[in-house]
Amino acid sequence: MMDNVLLARTLFGSSLAFHIIFATLGVGLTLMILIAEVVRLITKDNDYAILARRWTKGVAILLGVAIPSGTIVGVMMSLTFPGFIEVVGQVIALPFAIEIFAFFVEALFLSIYIYAANRLSSTMRIISVFFVALGATASAVLITNVQAWMNTPTGFEFVDGQFTNVQPWQAVLNPAFSYTAVHVVSSAYLTTAFVVISVGAYRLLRGNLSEKEVSYYRKGLMIALVLGAATSIWTASTGHKAAVGLHNYVPVKLAAAEGLFETQSHAPLAIMGTPDPEANRVVGGIEIPGMLSWLATGSTDGVVIGLNEFPREDWPPLFVHTLFNVMVGIGTLLIGLSVGALFWWILYRKKPYPTWLLLALVPSGAFALIGMETGWIFACIGRQPWTIMNFQRTADAATASGNLGFIFVLFISLYLLLLVITALVMRFYFHRNPLSNEFQVTTSV
Amino acid sequence: MHEAYIAISIIWLFLFLYAIGGAIDFGAGFWAMYYYERKDTTAANFANLYLSPSWEVTNVFLVLFVVALAGFFPGAAFSLGSLMIVPVSLVLILLTIRSAFMVYSYSVQSYTKLLRYISGITGVLIPALMLTVLPIIIGGFVEVVGDRHYILFDKVLTSPTVYAHIGFGLASQLFLSSLFLSDYAREANSKETYEEYRKNAIIFGPIMLSFAVAATLTLMPEAMWMVENMVRQWELFSLSMFAFSIGYSALWWPSKKVRIGQPRVAVILIVVQFALASFAYGWAHMPYIVYPEITIFDGLTNLAMYQYLLWGYIVMMAILIPLFIWFWRLFLKDKRYLTSEK
Repeated sequence: MMDNVLLARTLFGSSLAFHIIFATLGVGLTLMILIAEVVRLITKDNDYAILARRWTKGVAILLGVAIPSGTIVGVMMSLTFPGFIEVVGQVIALPFAIEIFAFFVEALFLSIYIYAANRLSSTMRIISVFFVALGATASAVLITNVQAWMNTPTGFEFVDGQFTNVQPWQAVLNPAFSYTAVHVVSSAYLTTAFVVISVGAYRLLRGNLSEKEVSYYRKGLMIALVLGAATSIWTASTGHKAAVGLHNYVPVKLAAAEGLFETQSHAPLAIMGTPDPEANRVVGGIEIPGMLSWLATGSTDGVVIGLNEFPREDWPPLFVHTLFNVMVGIGTLLIGLSVGALFWWILYRKKPYPTWLLLALVPSGAFALIGMETGWIFACIGRQPWTIMNFQRTADAATASGNLGFIFVLFISLYLLLLVITALVMRFYFHRNPLSNEFQVTTSV
Repeated sequence: MHEAYIAISIIWLFLFLYAIGGAIDFGAGFWAMYYYERKDTTAANFANLYLSPSWEVTNVFLVLFVVALAGFFPGAAFSLGSLMIVPVSLVLILLTIRSAFMVYSYSVQSYTKLLRYISGITGVLIPALMLTVLPIIIGGFVEVVGDRHYILFDKVLTSPTVYAHIGFGLASQLFLSSLFLSDYAREANSKETYEEYRKNAIIFGPIMLSFAVAATLTLMPEAMWMVENMVRQWELFSLSMFAFSIGYSALWWPSKKVRIGQPRVAVILIVVQFALASFAYGWAHMPYIVYPEITIFDGLTNLAMYQYLLWGYIVMMAILIPLFIWFWRLFLKDKRYLTSEK
């Protein structure tokens, strides 16, 4: 029997894990629509207008789930972690309040872009989709802001059970904010780019396409590949900064991520394997001597703090090492795939992509989604046992309600149902409205 | 005035905006289902024409209300969260199904009927569930054991006032949405749809009013303190009654554009009626958020945060208003949009 806290965590965690799939793709796809609209304006090539139109349809379907599931997450946070919300209201309510503003901008301009597109000039259309992308990205940044604050809480003092000297802006500008926000944004763009790469590669691979269709899919694939290569390199760099940030501000999390027990200089980087507290090291992994010190401090002499510096009850679960490795591994793989594919294209411009390359690209979207999910799960489980680092334990934040079990089953069934139906609807829609129909329609430039 | 009163007034404003937007949204969903099979009228199309671009924006108002409540009154969040977890979870699930299926129905034409029904039925269930929160938080339905709060479900389910509140919620949503859609149809010069929705509004106006009276009367045994407070607000309630009478009568005023009635005047005055009545109700509710446990004074955040939030919301709304006006023009006034689905 799960205890109440674990149930509350699982319920809220699954809700987030579900929501971020749709939210991430919503953030990334609006950027890609913006890119397609701009390319269309420059090249006057109608294929890009079709890309924008079909991606917009995708966004509309995704947001049909992203918006209510975001509402669920927002409200459910108050329901499952009311103790946390009490602190939020005292110290870090601003990003949530501003996020609503971003949400309004996104919702208003999205409706305008979808339902009033034919009444807008092309400039107004681009401005609208720009604000949709801006609103979506800003929402991601602001929500991440609270997550960052939970890792490096600042802007308040807690004296005799009272919050004093509260400085809301200082809380917003907490140390973790700068490095987590860009990492979340870059990886959201990355994830979407690779999902689009997957779809494009799959279509080209299946063949049976007219020349026009091949050219269309190649253009879509190209936008996604360029974006994918750029964002995967960018994400590696923001990820590196995030690791340095952990080293500076949340050393226990970095130690758990890397499975480092003893504080040491020349700390090795352990790849895969299982951290073993008895052996005081990662068992069964590959160790690169000095690499962790070099990554975290810029020098192999740098001292990296190990888990043993912290009381055992403050350790995150040690399996976060695996989550962390999966995320980094996938990120590295995606850089190789997208950069490789682009090189191939530069070398053999005119030739169609060979089957082996397309085969390699098809699963990249799934990998990217897994990488995004493991990254988030690492960020949240790596913070345990704290909800607010060194201030509030998760057990103290969770709800006292006894009705969670029933609600848990309800929500999990809902998520499964929506995942299946959304996939079916997407399939059904794009099947019913094949690309060949789209070539007849042109939108004004 | 104490900061807590300013903060709770902002919460009232956000709740009021969502109540109006939500009533029209859920009501339109219901009408889109009700008229779906009817080939002789375009009433269903009009309901959908309004719903398509607006539901996402309406939904943001709900989040705005929740976030503002948790931000201004974090002290209330803990017990409200523990208390409301079941009804609110059900609302969330229905809301998700509704939104998702509404989007699906635009994408998958051949299942329109099923999808319309889902959005119509959830559009009735959601407000019904939401309205049960009102009597629950003013007392009599909560048992406190130690530091845990439990809703007494058996008492909730057998209480007349809970059903009277639900009836009031449904009647007012159908009234308000018909009124709004009648004005929408007039704007689009669709005389026959206008007549249809005007007829609905005429029916549901008095029904709503009767439920309002019933909800108050049945409240007496449960929460006499609230009824006494409401009596003290008689001026506001009378003003709201006055606004209703004039607004309702406007459905029979002479008009140049349609056969009879001035729906725009009616919509505006009925919204004024809702504003006055809900403000008076809220005032009578004070100082309790959840009776008798949590008052607005215990719940309020610290002063620094209060200041930031207050100015944050003021600036935010000031920036958004022009955007809302543009949105309004594009989807509620532009003839090209209004006549696109006739």
